Amino acid sequence: MSWLGILSDLMHNTIVFSTALILAALGGLFSERSGIVNIALEGLMIVGAFTSAVVTHFVDQSLGGSPWSPWIGFLVAIVAGLLFSLIHAVATVSFNSDHVVSGVALNFLALGATVYLTKIIFNGAGQTKTLQTVFTKWEIPYLSDIPYIGKAFFTAYPTSYLAIILVFVSYYVLWKTPFGLRLRSVGEHPKASDTMGINVYKMKYIGVMLSGVFAAMGGASIALTTTSNFSHTTISGQGFIALAVLIFGKWNPFGILGAGLFFGIAQALNSLMQVFELTKYVPVDFIFMLPYVLTILVLAGLIGKAIPPKAIGKPYVKGSR
Amino acid sequence: MNKIVKFFTKDSSLIPLMAILLGLLFGAVVMLLGGYNPLLAYTALFQKVFGDLYNIGETIRQITPLIFTGLSVAFAFRTGLFNIGAEGQFVMGSLGAVWIGTQFALPWYIHAPLAIIVGALLGGFWGAISGYLKAKRGVNEVITTIMLNYISLYLANYIIANYLRAPGQQRSEIIQDSASISLNTLSEFFGYARLHWGIILAILAAFVFYIILWKTKMGFELRAVGFNPHAAEYAGMNVNKNVINAMFIGGVFAGLGGAIEVLGVFKYMTISASLPGYGFDGIAVALIGANTALGVIFAAILFGVLEFGAAGMKFVAGVPIEVIEIVIASVIFFVAASGLVKFILKPFRRKEKGGAVE
Repeated sequence: MSWLGILSDLMHNTIVFSTALILAALGGLFSERSGIVNIALEGLMIVGAFTSAVVTHFVDQSLGGSPWSPWIGFLVAIVAGLLFSLIHAVATVSFNSDHVVSGVALNFLALGATVYLTKIIFNGAGQTKTLQTVFTKWEIPYLSDIPYIGKAFFTAYPTSYLAIILVFVSYYVLWKTPFGLRLRSVGEHPKASDTMGINVYKMKYIGVMLSGVFAAMGGASIALTTTSNFSHTTISGQGFIALAVLIFGKWNPFGILGAGLFFGIAQALNSLMQVFELTKYVPVDFIFMLPYVLTILVLAGLIGKAIPPKAIGKPYVKGSR
Repeated sequence: MNKIVKFFTKDSSLIPLMAILLGLLFGAVVMLLGGYNPLLAYTALFQKVFGDLYNIGETIRQITPLIFTGLSVAFAFRTGLFNIGAEGQFVMGSLGAVWIGTQFALPWYIHAPLAIIVGALLGGFWGAISGYLKAKRGVNEVITTIMLNYISLYLANYIIANYLRAPGQQRSEIIQDSASISLNTLSEFFGYARLHWGIILAILAAFVFYIILWKTKMGFELRAVGFNPHAAEYAGMNVNKNVINAMFIGGVFAGLGGAIEVLGVFKYMTISASLPGYGFDGIAVALIGANTALGVIFAAILFGVLEFGAAGMKFVAGVPIEVIEIVIASVIFFVAASGLVKFILKPFRRKEKGGAVE
């Protein structure tokens, strides 16, 4: 295979792996911009992956293999993610719980509950049935015919296109609309926002719920493309990498896009390297480690500086000083 | 008697107790909804744990690492730090112990202690990285510890695969006998359950935890920083130094847990695709134990019993073992949302104290 061919393959795989990371990190963005730390991204992705796999399976059975069934699974997963994130919102916004503790609990709960339900639904099996119909790659007419570039950028799962569109939408919503300004102001200085007549609690609720929506999409995008089923290993750490993407992307949608693609390369490289036996020269373990090391370096200020929203992680009690 | 009543009715013990009760109840509801019999399941759980000597011994084995990781998280909590990294510190502890245990031939009275100490120090070092980054660069320790967890996983895999590997296997070589900390006679008495010195070390560690925090100047400073870093600084304490110390000592506790697990139970370390989970459980243990030494021991016993007994639930009542994870999650959640528990308790308290509450 020519070098261009390899590069084209690498980019193609990178986009596949990045999709879920970008989606979940965008979710974290909405939550953290409103001041709520969300380390439950992992759990929310699990809920999304589980729901999409189960719903798609049963819809597909009753429709007899319709191409629409993964879409229905995808939509129901979004609703499930939204409902699940409500628990985090109630705990952190209404009951002033520690954001991290609540997030830890939700990660436990998501994994426990989904595998429990999987076993009940599929007669004790630890994973869902393999899906007959999943998302297939879309080839954009004409553009996908361009040699190399067509395969790299214009042949991808619909969820990948969605993720990239949502990066732009998120930027527009957060920085160009009154709603976005309010959401961000709540995360920076809730008291001043309250004084200006913004409903701080409502904004935080919306921020957390949007994180549920996006992270569930991320989880569903994995179950409905690469794995074609759900088991307890479908989501193993992607939620935490998404958190790293959010920070590496400096709490900014375009930063998230860049960071998501960059961390996706790490995974894509791994699969390519095994094909070309390059693992003899660079150990796979170091490539796996890369996203985490880079995140620490960024936070330590060694590669640029990442500044989190100012009032992040702090409970807001109306009328307190 | 009054003292005892008071102990159980003050918030710091009442909320964990209520949380455990609510968690078990929630688990029962989940089982009912799934079409299982919760009474049968919980009975089976306790029968499994206390059924015979072997199972009691294995439950103790399950409890031991939880005490260490619980102490690790609790220690950092006392200084106002959230150590999500007990997981990674545990892995580093195992790695250090397995390295010394496999690569050196020493008399037993040096070998085992050395392996434990190296494991503990590696765990401490891993914790201190987060402490240093927090103190010197102002980086939130929650994020760095999460990242360090995954780094430790891949680092350990790399080192095992390339330097410690048993030929043709996905694990390290088995440690030398001189590094083992198994209690062979006791183990025989418990029907060959994997009992080891770890449980004694764990109780000692809890004692040390108490002594450091409440009987030394350093402990006083650590807690002062946890209560109010600004006041502590104003009083002339070095906040940065204390943050690093707290993360180091927390890391040592988790590292000890990892070391004894390798030296006492498995005798080797596997190349693993995921983190062991004891560190995350440690968060739950510390929260339920209200960050006290005795509380951590009790909470570790609770979680050890639940986790080990889950197999009995599956066998007798057919309940998937994941229901225990749901119970643990909801217990953490109810402790986190202590406002919610207080809210539930409110009507009962009014009656008790004649409406003079808060």
